[in-house]
This record gives sequence, C-alpha cells and structure tokens, in this order.
Amino acid sequence: MGEETVLRPVRGMKIAAVAAVSGLALVAAACSKPAESPTSGSSSGGTAYKACMVTDTGGIDDHSFNASTWAGFQKAKSANSAIDISYVSSTSMDQYAPNLSNLAGKSCNYIQSVGGLMGDATVAAAKANPKIQYSIVDNGNGDQANIFPIQFQTQQAAYLAGYLAAGYSKSGKVGTYGGMKIPPVTIFMDGFVDGVKKYNEVHGKNVQVLGWDKDKQDGLFTNDFVKQDAGKQKSDALAGQGADVIMPVAGGAGLGTAANAGSKYVVIWVDADGCNTTQYCSVILSTVVKNSTDGVADAVSKAATQNGTLLTNTGFQGTLANNGVSLAPYHEFDSKIDAALKAEIEGLKADIISGKITVSSPAQPK
Amino acid sequence: MSDENPPIEPGGTPETGPEPGKGGMLPVHPDALRADREAAGPDAVRQPADTPAPQPKRTLGQAFLDELWADNAFTVTLLAIVLAAIVGAVLMVLGDEPTRQQWAYFFYQPGKTLSASWDLVSSAYGNMFKGSIIDPDSFNRWIWGVDNVTWQRVMYPISETLTFAAPLIFTGLASALPFRAGLFNIGGQGQAIMGAIGGATVGFAFSAPGATAWILSTLAGALFGALYGLIVGVLKARTGAHEVIVTIMMNYIALLFLGWYILQKGIHDPNRPDAISKPVHPQAMFPKIFGPTATDAGLRANLGIVLALLAAWGVSWLLRRGTFGFELRAVGYNQDAARTAGMSVGLTLALTMGLAGALAGLGGVTMVHGDARALSADVVGQIGFNGILVALLGRVKPWGVVWAGLLFGAMTAGGLRMQADPGISTELVTVIQALIVMFVAAPMLVKAIFRLRKSPSSAAHVGLAQG
Repeated sequence: MGEETVLRPVRGMKIAAVAAVSGLALVAAACSKPAESPTSGSSSGGTAYKACMVTDTGGIDDHSFNASTWAGFQKAKSANSAIDISYVSSTSMDQYAPNLSNLAGKSCNYIQSVGGLMGDATVAAAKANPKIQYSIVDNGNGDQANIFPIQFQTQQAAYLAGYLAAGYSKSGKVGTYGGMKIPPVTIFMDGFVDGVKKYNEVHGKNVQVLGWDKDKQDGLFTNDFVKQDAGKQKSDALAGQGADVIMPVAGGAGLGTAANAGSKYVVIWVDADGCNTTQYCSVILSTVVKNSTDGVADAVSKAATQNGTLLTNTGFQGTLANNGVSLAPYHEFDSKIDAALKAEIEGLKADIISGKITVSSPAQPK
Repeated sequence: MSDENPPIEPGGTPETGPEPGKGGMLPVHPDALRADREAAGPDAVRQPADTPAPQPKRTLGQAFLDELWADNAFTVTLLAIVLAAIVGAVLMVLGDEPTRQQWAYFFYQPGKTLSASWDLVSSAYGNMFKGSIIDPDSFNRWIWGVDNVTWQRVMYPISETLTFAAPLIFTGLASALPFRAGLFNIGGQGQAIMGAIGGATVGFAFSAPGATAWILSTLAGALFGALYGLIVGVLKARTGAHEVIVTIMMNYIALLFLGWYILQKGIHDPNRPDAISKPVHPQAMFPKIFGPTATDAGLRANLGIVLALLAAWGVSWLLRRGTFGFELRAVGYNQDAARTAGMSVGLTLALTMGLAGALAGLGGVTMVHGDARALSADVVGQIGFNGILVALLGRVKPWGVVWAGLLFGAMTAGGLRMQADPGISTELVTVIQALIVMFVAAPMLVKAIFRLRKSPSSAAHVGLAQG
C-alpha cells in the first residue's frame, strides 16, 4: 500500500520523539541523592489521620453500601476534625488492586474497602503493608491481622420486618424480590420469611410469602441493581398475585417499586431508612436498616484515636443488640399500625437480643 | 485510501492553499521553504523555491521539518491529545472546589489564582505520568539505594500500563478489522464476555500440566468469542440484518447470560458468598512477564500484552499480505465490485465478524487469565466499548491500535494515581479519552485551531472516512 511508504518520514519522527521523551525522563530522574523517607510505614507524625476509601464498581453514590460507608467516613470526620478523609472510585474490577496500592503509596493510615469482590485484593494489599489499618465492609478478613471486618446479622432486623408485614397485610399475601441471588441480598429475604412464619405461628394465620422460598433458596430476582423498570416489573407481578406489602432488596431498582406503589401495596425498604434517602416516604411502611454508617464511623474514629496500634481483627458484627441492624421508625404509618402489633415487635426484638429467639440464615456472616 | 477520497479543503485559506499540481512539490509556504533552506544548507541555494525541481529528494531532516507542523496523522493525533489535555485542565480547575473559589478573587490575586490552578493541573498530569510511565522519585531512590526501593517498584507504573493496555489492544483490533470490511462491530463487549466465559470455564474445569493449561483455555476463549461474532456475521450475510443493531443486542444477551452463568451449580464458587465463579487453576493463569515473583510486588503485567502484540502483527500481516485480507478490504471498498471480481461477499463478512469475535474473546480471556482469575458480573469492565475508541484513535490500523491501546492503558493507570493524589476523579480520564477521539475524528477542527499546513504525505484522513 502506498501509505506505508509515505508514512516513513513520520515514523522516523516518532522514533526521534520517543528518544527525546525517554531522554528527558532520565534527566529528570537522575538528580541528587534523595533523603531517607520517613513515611514508609503508617504513623507519620502527629498531624492528620488519613482515612481513605476505595469504592467498588457501584460508585460512591450507589444508594447502598458505598454511599453508607462514605457517610460513615463523613460522620467520623465531623466528630474528629483531625481525620482527613478521601475516596477513590473503581470503574472496573481490575482497578481494585492499583487503587489499594496507590492509597498505600499516598501514606493513608486507614484504608476502607467494601464488598466481597474486593476481598482478595484487600488481603493482598494488607499483607504487603502490615502497618496500615485496613477494613472491609460485608466480608471476612481471611485471617489477616490488619484487616478489620465490618459485617451485619441483617436477618435479625429482616425478621422483625417480616412479622410487621404479615401483621399489616390485609390480603394475607406479602412479597419480596432481590437484585441478585447473592448472600448480602438473600439474608434479608431469609429473615423476612422467618418473621412471617413466626407471625403465622403466634396468630394461627396463614400469611404467604411470594418471591422467596427459604428452604429451596430460590425466588424472584431482577438481576440488576439499577434499572427501576426491572423493579417495577417484579413488584407488579407480586401485586398481581395479591401481595399488599412488598420488600425490594435490589438497591436502586427497588425505587421502581416504591414509585409505582400507589394504593396497591406498601413498601418495606432496605439498607438505609427510606424516609431519609428516597422521596417515597408516604408508601414506606418501615425499613430494614443495615447501619454500616455507624459501624464504619466507629471503626475510623477508634483507629484514629489509637493511631499506631491496630484494631482487634475480630471486627464488628452489627446486631439488633448493638443497633448495627434495626427496624426503622414507622414515620407516616405510625398511626396506621396496630399498637398491639408494635408491642409484639418490641417483644420479639428483646427476645432476639436476649438470645431467646435465634434467627439464622445460610447467608449470615460466620 | 486517501487517494480515493481526497480530503475536502476548507477553501483557499493562506495556510493550506491549493494542492500544487506539479510533480508532487512541497506546498508553498514561506516558513516551510525557509526551514528547508536552513535544513538543507548551501545545496538549497541551487534549487530556489520558484523553480521547482521535478522530483526533489527529501532528506530525513527535511521530511521531519515538513511533517512537524503539517496535517499528517501523527501531528493531528498529538495535537488532539494536547487539546484534550487543555480542556481536561479547565475541567479540573472547575471541578476542584478550593481552586474554583480562588477564581472569584482573580482580579485581586491574579498571581495566586494562576499558581493555584497551575499547581493543581501540573500535579494532576505529573501524577498521571508517574502512575503510567515512571516515577522519577522512586527511580532516583532505586539508583541511590535509599529506602530499599526495588526495581519492581520502579517498573510498577509501566507494568500497570501494559496490564490495562493488553485487553484494549485486543478489543481495538476487534473493532478495527471489521471497519476495514465496512462493518461496525459494536459487539466487542459481548464477544469479550463470551471469550472470558469460555476461557475461564476451560481454565477451572480442566487441569492440564504446564503451559498447555493456559494455551487450551486461551483457545477456548478465542473460539467462544469467534462463534459469538460469527452469529452476527452469518445473520448479516444471510439476512442482511444490520450488524450494529445485532451486536448491540448481543451485548445485552452476553451480559445477562454471564450474570446467570456465574450463579449456577458447578460454576459458582461454593466457598464465596458473592456472585463469582470458581477461580481458574494457577497453571492456566498467564505467566507474568516480569517473572513469577513479581506478583508479590504488584507487577501484574502478563503474557496478555505479548499476545496482543502478536495479534496486531497477525492482523497487520493479514491485511497487507493475506488473500483473505485482500478480499476483506475489497468488500470494504465496494461490495458490488468485489462480487463481480468473483469474491464471496457473504463468506467474507461472516469470517470477518468471526475473526473480530475471536480477537475480542482474547481480550476477555486476558481479563480473567491475566488478573481476575474468576468470572464475576463485571469482570471484563468496559473493554469492549473502550476498544471502539481505541480503534478510532488508531485509525483502524493494527499498529495504530497498538499505540492507541498503550495510550489508553497509560491514561487508565495514570488516572488511578491522579485520583489518589491530587484527588481528581478518574472519570476525567474517560472525558479526556473521549475528547481525544473526538478531535481525531474531526481533523479539520484541529487543523483550523493550530493552523496546520497540508501534509505532503497527507495521511490524516485515512480510515475514519471508511466504513
């Protein structure tokens, strides 16, 4: 082809340019002997405590654990201004490792990661930097001493929500669906089913749960955490079968359920109190709260006050007892829920805390 | 290529001027002539500009100066990068709150405002360089043996660049090759996903000794991608279904299939709570190019980049020398002519899509076998879509794609460091990448802004007009 020959001069220029650039780099590099750096470990003097976070591919504003973890950082910062917070985001999975590595190079004292998919990368980074405090939400620490795991017994709060839903339902049918069949989702659904079962036992009723079978571990999923129409489609199907209380466990896709509730059904929201994080308070009966914000804020604050010593690697287990998980206030439904039902739920909560009732799920953190 | 499609001139601006008719003489431009005379020394006096010699032989130095400020592919691309970097710098200043607020005091403290902006932008681009090519500081420490800095630490940025570049080169080739046959392959993403599925499944299902493990799973990935691409090609050839629509839809199918596939029994990793498949056997992972111990230091660069370069060489050979490559280009220029010449247009289209699918599939394999080890919902990231940008920036030529892939890889690696250090969002890198491609796709804009003169080799318009 003709262009190969006519391009030759350009190629010569390319070579010249490459040579010039690499020459410049070497000149810039080979200067005088640098001073010993004191910042190869974690504690670099008494100035700011640097807490840094790596988001997963959901991004910082995912209305889910990235957002609530970052809220925890902000809370820790507002309580202790010596904490300097920042985050970096990952747009694909192959960015986890370099992000964690860049933060270590930036001399962060505390590095937070979120979600099981970052587990391996976090363990590798923690091994390489044994003096830095790492922490991970929703995952174990793989027996790595400098990783503080933050996990939640979410099924306990979901159990209360199931009991509430069964008690509130007029049709005798309640529904749920998930974003994906993975433990952080199904743990809500397991607790919900058990709570309904408990209500049936206590009241001799037969309220049915649509959308999840705990024994078979199978049910209804959008396979998406973002698309609202996918959520709407699932909740329309559930409402069509007669469900009048629906719990979507699908992140942003669940907004499609809340937006289309009308008078057909009421919604039980998950993660953060839906009356504070969405505009659909008028249809939200209550929320199964997974309080990762406080869990993270406590971990960061504690790590900052004992800078230089690692946190104990047993980590944080959010339960009803320590308010790590909870059933949110009823807000606009407060007057519509029977006082007796409210009292029963308070009683169940006390029983779970005292250990009289154990709620278990195959998905719960060990 | 450009010979068939002469570029449309904006019309008689003094910089560009009409094409000189006689004997391929240099464009008449005072600066150019002065530069020639200076470069050529006393000899130039014997050939004054107003008496053109029939075939002047340009020395390398002359050619260099002629091309330096002309609208050839290299200069236009370089200036497109410069323009994108300038727009990026403006966005950085707008996006950084303290700096933006400082601009409110521009008329009181102009020096401080400008220096704050300069500090931000230079630190951002500086860290981009340090995160993708070399960090002069760690290099210096290594030379002087301070802080136990190892050579691995010095190679880390390059290693990251190569790691990010390898899959982009594959998916870039997967877009570039069909472009030459007049096809738009928007399905690189789906084909990469299918390749990752094929490669990973063979990688964890069969254990084979030594290198056969990764060779087998790589071939499986290429085959899966090829079949997935072939479906589109056959549909196009048999039914005329437009490949853009089909490939876009097939991307969704592949993505949702992956989400379903990783949760199935026998595929899902029973030891993990997340949606993730079993990990592939260690022997099936691509060897690291900096040696087996390099992983401990975070050097992830792997065989993927070597395979990508081989693939680029292969595609380049095919297009220039292969019979099939000739048919492919002929179909790209004019299907009717190709048919009249006795070529099977349908077969060529189908095979081209199959080959493109295999290349994209190899990109997917590189994601799993190079680094991730297991399938998860977004294991291939956005490599399919970014591959289209890489192909356009590389002007749909194999080696152009390699350079563009390396550039995008470097920008991704550097962007991560930039987001850690001055704290500028990594999304900005995506914006800059998109701007570069936009400026490259609009060479007239770049020419007008920088007042480039017309290149004697005039190669800036090759490729993008095709398709």
